[in-house]
Amino acid sequence: MRRFFTSTARRRCSTKNIAWWDHVLPAPKDPIFCVTEAFHADSSPNKINLGVGAYRDDEGRPVVLQCVREAEARIAGSRFLESNSAAVSSKMVEESVKLVFGQDSDVVNEGRFAGVQALSGTGACRLFAEFQRRFHPESRIYLPDPTWSNHHNIWRDAQVPAKNYHYYHPDSKGLNFSALIDDIKNAPDGSFFLLHPCAHNPTGVDPTEDQWKEISYQCKVKNHFPFFDMAYQGFASGDLEKDAQAIRIFLEDGHLIGCAQSFAKNMGLYEHRVGCLSILCNDSKQGAAVRSQLQQIASAMYGSPPVHGVLLVSTILSNPDMKSLWIEEVKMMLYRIQKMRTTLQESLENLDSPLNWENITKQVGLFFFSGLTPNQVEQLAREFHIYMTRDGRISMSGVTTGNVNYLANAIHEVTRSSKEETKILCNIGA
Amino acid sequence: MDSGSVFASLVQAPEDPILGVTVAYNKDPSPNKLNLGVGAYRTEEGKPLVLDVVRRAEQLLVNDQSRVKEYLPIVGLADFNKLSAKLIFGADSPAIQANRVATVQCLSGTGSLRVGAEFLARHYHQLTIYIPQPTWGNHPKVFTLAGLSVKTYRYYDPATRGLNFQGLLEDLGAATSGAIVLLHACAHNPTGVDPTLEQWEQIRQLMRSKGLLPFFDSAYQVVALVVWWITGGQIENMLGFASGSLDADAQPVRMFVADGGECLAAQSYAKNMGLYGERVGALSIVCKTADVASKVESQLKLVIRPMYSNPPIHGASIVATILKDSKMYDEWTVELKAMADRIISMRKQLFDALSARGTPGDWSHIIKQIGMFTFTGLNGEQVAFMTKEYHIYMTSDGRISMAGLSSKTVPHLADAIHAAVTRMG
Repeated sequence: MRRFFTSTARRRCSTKNIAWWDHVLPAPKDPIFCVTEAFHADSSPNKINLGVGAYRDDEGRPVVLQCVREAEARIAGSRFLESNSAAVSSKMVEESVKLVFGQDSDVVNEGRFAGVQALSGTGACRLFAEFQRRFHPESRIYLPDPTWSNHHNIWRDAQVPAKNYHYYHPDSKGLNFSALIDDIKNAPDGSFFLLHPCAHNPTGVDPTEDQWKEISYQCKVKNHFPFFDMAYQGFASGDLEKDAQAIRIFLEDGHLIGCAQSFAKNMGLYEHRVGCLSILCNDSKQGAAVRSQLQQIASAMYGSPPVHGVLLVSTILSNPDMKSLWIEEVKMMLYRIQKMRTTLQESLENLDSPLNWENITKQVGLFFFSGLTPNQVEQLAREFHIYMTRDGRISMSGVTTGNVNYLANAIHEVTRSSKEETKILCNIGA
Repeated sequence: MDSGSVFASLVQAPEDPILGVTVAYNKDPSPNKLNLGVGAYRTEEGKPLVLDVVRRAEQLLVNDQSRVKEYLPIVGLADFNKLSAKLIFGADSPAIQANRVATVQCLSGTGSLRVGAEFLARHYHQLTIYIPQPTWGNHPKVFTLAGLSVKTYRYYDPATRGLNFQGLLEDLGAATSGAIVLLHACAHNPTGVDPTLEQWEQIRQLMRSKGLLPFFDSAYQVVALVVWWITGGQIENMLGFASGSLDADAQPVRMFVADGGECLAAQSYAKNMGLYGERVGALSIVCKTADVASKVESQLKLVIRPMYSNPPIHGASIVATILKDSKMYDEWTVELKAMADRIISMRKQLFDALSARGTPGDWSHIIKQIGMFTFTGLNGEQVAFMTKEYHIYMTSDGRISMAGLSSKTVPHLADAIHAAVTRMG
């Protein structure tokens, strides 16, 4: 066989010497991922990564859940790698939505919803945003202030304008409930609202049950569309059912909600990109129509989601033993987080910090919204090699028995002077 | 208060024309039914194939207890990206050595095309893309939804069942200066008709002289080459000569890179590694300088983060494991050869069966076309007839997937084609 033409000699011909990309500017770094980058670049033995919300054990190591290892062993090499495995997909979707809507949910039993697997929480939100744009092109999305930074990117890239609604009260470090309700009332009828059903990211501040009932009622009055981003089911209370309470309230009130689910944190399937998007409908026929439209959007974006993660979730949720094991493992993860919260708060109190740290144990989920200023955050990185996002959000999963005291001391150091400012201001006020 | 759905006015979306074939096939109760729709490889027994080397790679990964499930970076698995770039541009590519290539892991070919198109829609000055007529059914949607406007250039000549080279040159010659041009790197889908190397050279010169930006879709690298490699001098092939090198499928891409110019390339591992379901692919952008490549990569991240944050790890890990191990790489090519052997055998059997029946017309394109598909030249009516009377399923453009055939089913297909052609002209 003749040797193939492999010359890489420069060819001369009349090419226009256009440099296509000279005008391309370097993009700003992602505010969350760049924390991990900075952490990796640091060589200090004391460094702590409190940036991204991925669970770590008490040695600071990432964890593969036992139920996941079992599921992997079960499916490795025995399945066929077929992207159109419809039975597996619909099983996974059905089991997923039962987690949020309830095991005996009428909606699920009667098929009154459209459900598709999605590329984790991000992918589910993006699919919905594109769908919203296509069928309600004039609408906007109301996002809580603050919210996960990528929410703004997602709806912007789907070309749906965003508006903030009041959520977090920086003074009380709690929920700004009255302003939130006002915003719901003042929004035009039929607006789209994004809600975190539990373990709000980044604040860790959730409405109470009564407050959820009021939010649901006011949304009903205004005929708003509630869209839930469920990224942390299990991480608020340790109880998957309890963490879905907000969604159940809305269902009882008759809302036809949308819901994005992620299995990244609660099943530890971060890098497999497994999630689910569901939209409640009037009947199963409409559900089928909505589903078909969602699939069209997905097929022009990435085809179909990767089957490996889908198989893992489906295997775990369909198998009672494995599901029980998973539920226990979620409880264990949360138990460690809660222990770190308690320990950190106690350590700061033992250092006689004059600031009030009770929010460490009041807030829920993976994060502690510390109230630290950008300067203090920078000081923590520079002097103590402790890394978190600029908004002062601390991922509690990065805290261990081994580093909690170092962390408490560091926080105490950088907040000493802010205490003095407060004292001076108080004196002036007096 | 009535809480009717805000989406009540929505209608059912039309079935995807390609995947819809499988849906219709599944509904058919006939024991003789045959699915020649989607381009997924099947064994002689009609089963999907998991390559042995893929199974082994997967087992290695599962057994490695030290592996943990953390987010990949937005750009994906670094090893995978490097190896993918080498596979398509060549291990000794000067562009790679000069760090002029930005490669990001994406979700198979579709995902790579979409991310590339979104990037172009944001940063490129000419938002028109020219796609060949015909092309893969999903191409227009992917580009339109990314914000590009789609035009076509002539490609297939139904009269010769070959390349309409004159039409191609005319249309690209008349294209707006600076426009993007989608090129199938090899094994054109759906026609299986590829330009010769000499023709590629002319295309390259024309495109560079007009400043047209090449965007390669490489879904069939290595598969087509192996098919073509095996056939050697026995069958006249569209690329003009035989080869022993596995780099041949990527030759058109490498010609464009060799002239120092810029281009985009979308790669898929769906067919050549049988990893359809895992969505493994890569997008590479070859830039003038390393500095530009770095900035381009940073902007690609901004496209990806609000789409799905970061890509899935499983399939990419399998690919990287295989590509970096020379023994596994060799085993891969051997398994590919077996797949290709079977496809070639099916082509020959079908051609012989039609000759034996004296079916009117020239059917030599069945053995000339390259890749998994045969663009039969049957029209919509004939296709519908074959589905109704013979329970044979294919896309309405007459494209059949040779991988869906077996020695047992070839006679049935030949009968159906014969009937369709003789009864419906």
